[in-house]
Amino acid sequence: MAARGARLCPLLLLLAALAGLGAEAKNSEDVRCKCICPPYKDHSGHIYNKNVSQKDCDCLHVVEPMPVPGPDVEAYCLRCECKYEERSSVTIKVTIIIYLSILGLLLLYMVYLTLVEPILKRRLLGHSQLIQSDEDIGDHQPFANAHDVLARSRSRANVLNKVEYAQQRWKLQVQEQRKSVFDRHVVLS
Amino acid sequence: MLSCPSSSHPCHIHLGYPSALFEVLYIPFLLSLSHLLASNGKISSWQVLDLGKRHHLDAGGDLLCSEQSFPGATPYPGDLLKLGRVFLAQITWEDHLSSFLFLLKSLVFLLYEFWFFIKRGKTKKCSIFPFPPPPGFSSYNGGGMNGTSTMMDFLEEPLPGVGTYEDFNTIDWVREKSRDRDRHREITSRSKESTWALLHSVSDAFSGWLLMLLIGLLAGSLAGLIDISAHWMTDLKEGVCLAGFWFNHEHCCWKSNTTFTDRDKCPEWKSWSQLILGHGEGAFAYILNYLMYVIWALMFSLLAVLLVKGFAPYACGSGIPEIKTILSGFIIRGYLGKWTLVIKTITLVLAVSSGLSLGKEGPLVHVACCCGNILCHLFTKYRKNEAKRREVLSAAAAAGVSVAFGAPIGGVLFSLEEVSYYFPLKTLWRSFFAALVAAFTLRSINPFGNSRLVLFYVEFHMPWHLLELVPFILLGIFGGLWGAFFIRSNIAWCRRRKTTRLGKYPVLEVLVVTAITAILAFPNEYTRMSTSELISELFNDCGILDSSKLCEYVNDFNSTKGDDLPDRAAGPGVYTAMWQLALALIMKVFITIFTFGMKVPSGLFIPSMAVGAIAGRLLGVAVEQLAFYHHDWPIFSGWCSQGADCITPGLYAMVGAAACLGGVTRMTVSLVVIMFELTGGLEYIVPLMAAAMTSKWVADAIGREGIYDAHIRLNGYPFLEAKEEFSHKTRAMDVMRPRKNDPPLTVITQDSMSVEDVETIVSSTTYSGYPVVVSRTSQRLVGFVLRRDLIISIENARKKQDGIVSTSVICFTDYCPPLPPSSPSVLKLRSILDLSPFTVTDETPMEIVVDIFRKLGLRQCLVTHNGKLLGIITKKDVLKHIAQMANQDPDSILFN
Repeated sequence: MAARGARLCPLLLLLAALAGLGAEAKNSEDVRCKCICPPYKDHSGHIYNKNVSQKDCDCLHVVEPMPVPGPDVEAYCLRCECKYEERSSVTIKVTIIIYLSILGLLLLYMVYLTLVEPILKRRLLGHSQLIQSDEDIGDHQPFANAHDVLARSRSRANVLNKVEYAQQRWKLQVQEQRKSVFDRHVVLS
Repeated sequence: MLSCPSSSHPCHIHLGYPSALFEVLYIPFLLSLSHLLASNGKISSWQVLDLGKRHHLDAGGDLLCSEQSFPGATPYPGDLLKLGRVFLAQITWEDHLSSFLFLLKSLVFLLYEFWFFIKRGKTKKCSIFPFPPPPGFSSYNGGGMNGTSTMMDFLEEPLPGVGTYEDFNTIDWVREKSRDRDRHREITSRSKESTWALLHSVSDAFSGWLLMLLIGLLAGSLAGLIDISAHWMTDLKEGVCLAGFWFNHEHCCWKSNTTFTDRDKCPEWKSWSQLILGHGEGAFAYILNYLMYVIWALMFSLLAVLLVKGFAPYACGSGIPEIKTILSGFIIRGYLGKWTLVIKTITLVLAVSSGLSLGKEGPLVHVACCCGNILCHLFTKYRKNEAKRREVLSAAAAAGVSVAFGAPIGGVLFSLEEVSYYFPLKTLWRSFFAALVAAFTLRSINPFGNSRLVLFYVEFHMPWHLLELVPFILLGIFGGLWGAFFIRSNIAWCRRRKTTRLGKYPVLEVLVVTAITAILAFPNEYTRMSTSELISELFNDCGILDSSKLCEYVNDFNSTKGDDLPDRAAGPGVYTAMWQLALALIMKVFITIFTFGMKVPSGLFIPSMAVGAIAGRLLGVAVEQLAFYHHDWPIFSGWCSQGADCITPGLYAMVGAAACLGGVTRMTVSLVVIMFELTGGLEYIVPLMAAAMTSKWVADAIGREGIYDAHIRLNGYPFLEAKEEFSHKTRAMDVMRPRKNDPPLTVITQDSMSVEDVETIVSSTTYSGYPVVVSRTSQRLVGFVLRRDLIISIENARKKQDGIVSTSVICFTDYCPPLPPSSPSVLKLRSILDLSPFTVTDETPMEIVVDIFRKLGLRQCLVTHNGKLLGIITKKDVLKHIAQMANQDPDSILFN
């Protein structure tokens, strides 16, 4: 249970961060009252954009300077459409950065899996095959998989092994999925 | 330390099954062990006992040799705890190794091992099969019920692994539900005993709601992430914001003062040509923008398909057909796993922003279901019971639709009408709660900056006239025709992809379709913008202030007063928009057929709605102009006189969208509710209902199935459609196995078969379960035992229980018959026997049998004659029979 909790912790943190950011106090940049006023008599249409509170979001507070003389103000303002809008630029920024970093990590990992790892593996495998063939010639002994794996990874640290093991297992799963989706077209076609 | 008797020559290591187990499980342990010991420099070599063998390893962990069958070997493949004991024994033996630091280290290490042991319990248990595990079996993700943290578990689970299912199998609802009832009863009865147990029972009852809360929060947050990122990336195709690269076009121009005529332009937002050439005018700039648009689109879709292919192939497609099948009891391991969730979320954004004709709504349901499944692991109640888990998934699907359309009630109804199979009232309330929380979370993130949950929220409250029902019904007919046409052609194309060489090139296919889409889309401004924006523009009722071409009516600014806007003559902008929209319609209609089903996450709601909205808007504007120019016609005279505002083209677009969506998915109730939740007004229920119903009738007249059912049938998933009637006059004996000329049914007797006999039966047949009878001669039924349970139990008993050999008798009864003292001990397997299998008589009509399978969610049903066991009907047999009766290929049902 604890282990599972620990695993989900970052997920929940992210969730809390996202939810928290949404409710965060609004940055003064993040509210606007936008009034769109259509052409009126000889005045062309205009858009007014002002940073005011929601209750002040009307034509009289936002449209400054008033382009029309006093008697016409009411008629002019009747046509204007004022909209109060809020956003959270911090949420946007954080979301985009989180998204891009996850995407970047995935891409890096993909590049690693497709390009770097085969090279490393070839080098390691080549090494152990060399040893193996030497011994093969000497003893004509069939060699175990276990030996290969042991020899290949003896110098790695413990945690790395775990990771590698989990990775292998995951890779097998993905391979299996890939086979059923892309090769055999059993599911999801 | 002992030295290997022949350490100069490496000994044989038998490569058989135990050795593979050894390799998989022990090597990480051995290596770390040897590393620890060797790092202290105290030992030079050491040994490990395993399955009758003694492995000698040098200090570095290299296998020196192994000895066969030395006397003290453990008979059971010692688990890591046993090895831990060996390890500890070595510490005591090596006195000088007992420094404090080392002990601390090893303690931490053992804890660490134990943690991994718990985490990996599943793999380990799976590997006690005597045969290599079936393909795909190791891909644990979706449905492991055998978590090993049994601290909280009151029920004695005889064996881990018993009662679980293999990949691509169907669960037995009856069994799962009765297991849950047993569990619940146990907890309730215990709750009276102690405070702790009471607390446990309360938390158990509460866990469902807590889970819903978590699902809602997670699904809402992910939807927010998808919305914000997709919006940004879509705009990235056109340009970039200099004030902060993370802003999309709209937010980039948030503060800056824009002019009335050029509202979209602001100095901070630079299109690619402005950024590269320094100016945005001219043919060259246009070509550059065009090129950048296509390149970005190609790049996004390439990344999407590569990520899907590389990390989680199950993340492609819309996911709703599969979720429907999973909710009906099928198991696809990994389909709702962590990687699927991550990749689907990430690639969904890429796919949507690449400008392909697809939407995010269907995949969001999948994403929400993944959240539900992953969060299920937190609660024992749901982790271990596949039926309970499916209740949670139903609710998660509701949360998914809730955030996709900002329609919580519509989401619940969608889950009820379209995806769920088993939907008790309790689930209804929970779905409602989850949908509510999800919508609230998304609302508080406010992804669009308009305080709405969707981009195309509309707000108009114009009344409509009864006569307008005629065009609405016309739209319904169009929607039905389009739905039927789309389903036919899309299924034909998908079948082609499935069976021909086309399916071999998923990446190329995605790239080609993206290239065609992008090249065709850029010149037309209505296809260049994202589909959601297009829909939002089409739904919009033209006010006097709208700047889009669609609203370029001949305005008389001076004569109008405020909001009250009469019908006006269309200006040149509207006519341009009309033929552009017509082109967009043609393009969307055809390109969507080829897009849906590609190997990227692709939903179908948005494209269908777009098609309907375009058609609706075209019709709406036509009717509007007709009414404007011919307001003296008798049909208009009563209600649409000159200067009145009587036709709302936005409403036509909405009705058209509902009609097309209804034609494709065949939803009715949930569709109407979703649509009126989008509009926030109740005035339009009748038009929407009329259109949805007409489109369903028209589409049903042409082809029976909705797109999801058609895809389920295409893939051959074992889905027993609850909506269709079975009306053929066949009886149970026509469907059951064995057939007339087949060998008799394979059965197991309750107390006279030896372990060897049973093992022979299991290895010579492939059935997933066996009936247990009193004796072969009487054939009277005792119960039913599943193959998987049988294998696991026998294998486990051979390893762990003393005196179980091949000649031991297996006994399924409560009291086993006394045996002579010389014979080997009896293997009691009553615990794995299902004592209440479902039976019907051989004369039962198939209509009833099909009904039983549907309503109870059975996996198999036994057939008796005069009380004697005669045969068995499985879900697969029923599905094959239905397919046969409907003149379809019965072999298309692939799974059991």
